[in-house]
Amino acid sequence: MIEVRDLHMHFGGFRAVDGASLTLEQGSITGLIGPNGAGKTSLFNCIAGVLTPTSGQVFFDGEDITGLKPHELFHKGILRTFQIAHEFGSMTCRENLMMVPAGQSGETLWNTWFGRKRIAEEERALRAKADEVLEFLTISHIADLKAGEISGGQKKLLELGRTMMVDAKMVFLDEVGAGVNRTLLYTIGDAIKRLNVERGYTFCMIEHDMEFIKQLCDPVIVMAQGKVMATGSASEIMQNEAVIEAYLGTGVKNKKTEEAQ
Amino acid sequence: MDILNALVAFTNFVVVPATAYGSQLALGALGVTLIYGVLRFSNFAHGETMSFGAMVVVLVTGLFQSWGLSLGALPTALLALPFGILATALLLLLTDRVVYKFYRKVKAVPVMFVIVSTGVMFVMNGLVRMVVGTDDRRFSDGARFVINAREFKAWSGLNEGLALKTTQVITVVVAMITVAALFWFLNKTRTGKSMRAFSDNEDLALLSGINPERVVMITWLLVAALATIAGTLYGLDKSYKPFIFQQLLLPVFAAAIVGGIGNPLGAVAGGFVIAFSEVTLTYAFKKVVTYLGPDSWAPDGLVQLLSTDYKFAVSFAILIIVLLFKPTGLFKGQSI
Repeated sequence: MIEVRDLHMHFGGFRAVDGASLTLEQGSITGLIGPNGAGKTSLFNCIAGVLTPTSGQVFFDGEDITGLKPHELFHKGILRTFQIAHEFGSMTCRENLMMVPAGQSGETLWNTWFGRKRIAEEERALRAKADEVLEFLTISHIADLKAGEISGGQKKLLELGRTMMVDAKMVFLDEVGAGVNRTLLYTIGDAIKRLNVERGYTFCMIEHDMEFIKQLCDPVIVMAQGKVMATGSASEIMQNEAVIEAYLGTGVKNKKTEEAQ
Repeated sequence: MDILNALVAFTNFVVVPATAYGSQLALGALGVTLIYGVLRFSNFAHGETMSFGAMVVVLVTGLFQSWGLSLGALPTALLALPFGILATALLLLLTDRVVYKFYRKVKAVPVMFVIVSTGVMFVMNGLVRMVVGTDDRRFSDGARFVINAREFKAWSGLNEGLALKTTQVITVVVAMITVAALFWFLNKTRTGKSMRAFSDNEDLALLSGINPERVVMITWLLVAALATIAGTLYGLDKSYKPFIFQQLLLPVFAAAIVGGIGNPLGAVAGGFVIAFSEVTLTYAFKKVVTYLGPDSWAPDGLVQLLSTDYKFAVSFAILIIVLLFKPTGLFKGQSI
């Protein structure tokens, strides 16, 4: 579905992404892991249009989408969330969700004055959809709170909710679980799984929590020093010596040795 | 002791003029704040934008007057206002296309935009001078007073007169309607919400279904309307002087910043704070004090805190105090 070919992203002399190639299969939930500074977020930013890669190409269903702007990708159904949750702080959570769909008739000045009925109908439908999304994410009770005032974990859920307001095809989640308590993490995990199964979203997620990865992701891609180091199922990855060395650390290795003994 | 006379004198010389002036500043500051909120730079050309809008209104008013078109007791300028807004909108959209768009594309830093807008200011200033020269123009017609000082004295039997100019009433009424319409637009319509979303978080707005170019265009249209109305009201209240708008830029910016730049509600509040401080500090309180105290206390001096020559210093002082103690303004705006 998404194919990245030999992508380079250099900041001056620093090679954040140094020739990464990977494929994200339709309908999969791909985990992207790796130590800090491995180039995961830079890779995300290149695919999501925030950065223009130094070289290399990104394809979406065979179409070259390298260097397209975020809002152009949005119209193709490629969405992302941020490592630090973004929100429209002065609006309510419901309004935040209602902002997402593009091409609403209320966007032109003409309709603002002369198409009020159509706008009202659209808004009703949107409102119902937003409420449904909030329900799905089990955060109906915060619908009328200002998005700037809700907790960090709830903001993460709201970010996920944004992707549900349109028919997304491909969603990039940047550390959706970071700084979120266990219970909420399960809610998020459930939501991701349901979106994947029920609505056919394809996910690619950066994550550090190996338990969370193990539950959700297949395959898992490991990045280190700007390159793809290994690809495989979560359990394969956790057995991989090189990955343990580079990322998972000797803690896992020792545990394994202990278990073996 | 004569409290009533003192009150009338105070109302006549401070409250009424400051309210009218505050409304004009509020409208000007709203334009500045909208540009800051959505386009993220301080538009120094805003004063000249007001000047340009008012100029077109003055010219169209002249044309209408020569045709014998009028609104009776109301000034003809109100009829010419839509044409002024239209011309200003075209000018701003053209400026955006020719100048600002390029800097947005190369993602120029805000200070670059400020310098660019200063350049635009000089161009607009020259444009206005080329079209109408530098002379004063009076263009208000219709009834001059709603309440006449002499009639008021005869009616109330007081020594002090209270005058209420038609232009002052129109200023306040038009400003109220404009502000109400703007707030309705920003809070209730999808377009307005897109603007607020863009102002809240540009990155996220780009990742939603918000078309940035359209948001920018609509912002300029609103700014054109606000600037033209503000400039015209200021000109109606006093007279149209092409040069005065460069001086007006300071109190307008002070109002926007004092209220909390990027926050429309703050711009309105800031406008009145600046106007009332300016007028109160430069008013000679001799009359009021004389009425209030016993006869023997009547002051010899003017009891004026600041000479009117220093009125722009007042906005400067308030600006500095606010920036020192509350950099985000009275209402929470963006910090500068």
